[in-house]
Amino acid sequence: MKARIHITLKSGVLDPQGRAIASALHALGFNNVDDVRQGKYIEVDLKESDKAKAKTAVDQMCGKLLANTVIENYSIDLVD
Amino acid sequence: MKAAIVVFPGSNRENDAKAALTQAMGSEPVMVWHRDTSLPKVDLVLVPGGFSYGDYLRCGAIAANSPVLREVKARAEQGMAVIGVCNGFQIITEAGLLPGVLLRNANLKFVCRNVGLRVETSNSRFTSGYKKGQVLSIPVAHHDGNYFADARTLDELEAEDRIAFRYCGPEGRLDSNYNPNGSTRHIAGILNKKRNVLGLMPHPENAIEPLHGSTDGKALFHSLVETVS
Repeated sequence: MKARIHITLKSGVLDPQGRAIASALHALGFNNVDDVRQGKYIEVDLKESDKAKAKTAVDQMCGKLLANTVIENYSIDLVD
Repeated sequence: MKAAIVVFPGSNRENDAKAALTQAMGSEPVMVWHRDTSLPKVDLVLVPGGFSYGDYLRCGAIAANSPVLREVKARAEQGMAVIGVCNGFQIITEAGLLPGVLLRNANLKFVCRNVGLRVETSNSRFTSGYKKGQVLSIPVAHHDGNYFADARTLDELEAEDRIAFRYCGPEGRLDSNYNPNGSTRHIAGILNKKRNVLGLMPHPENAIEPLHGSTDGKALFHSLVETVS
């Protein structure tokens, strides 16, 4: 089973990298860009066939290491 | 006082920290490799600057979960003094020894220069050698030093006199022009609740010799020698 994890900055946390990307897009003429937030995408291959167990494990991985929940939110998608 | 310095792959200020501690203590600190699971019996652990584990994932995140850091955390909870400088600040924050997080600098630039630093409290074993309000000149060298915490945490830090240092201009003026990284409320260094853990972005170990251009960092190490048994 594979876990696809998206980690994004919580709203209210300044994202200077996202802001720099937005101004670069503006410079390229994409004037319809309102805002950009940059995040992370992580894939984890799991030796686990039970979806509930996989979800619990990945949730713990996110809480302990993959995300810093002071500033980041995460979402988990499990695919076979 | 006996001290240890924790060394990770990618640490790079450990020898500067060793020089500063040796100068203050009159004896050398023990260097502890990150894979070690036991810490020698010491009164102080210094987590040095650098780019532990290449700053992978988030600055300090991997080091914060290394075996030696678990031991440092356990001892800190028993009252041992811990100081995290620069990447060390990021590591002990990720480890949960201090609240908040250090984000990418607001201007996205790596800053490497001397900054003005205002001592916000002399009530700690790290800062007892300074006067409250004293302005120091200490170098910074970082890309991710932008301290962030929610308003409640910041209010609590202020109410409990746990902000150790703030970035400042001449005469200690707080001004965003003198804030090198966009840190919330100009915070450069904070203490934990028990006041035995200090994290700070500037490098006091690089301001201990006239050749450094400033010796303002010396008093921090001397404070420790005097106050830590």
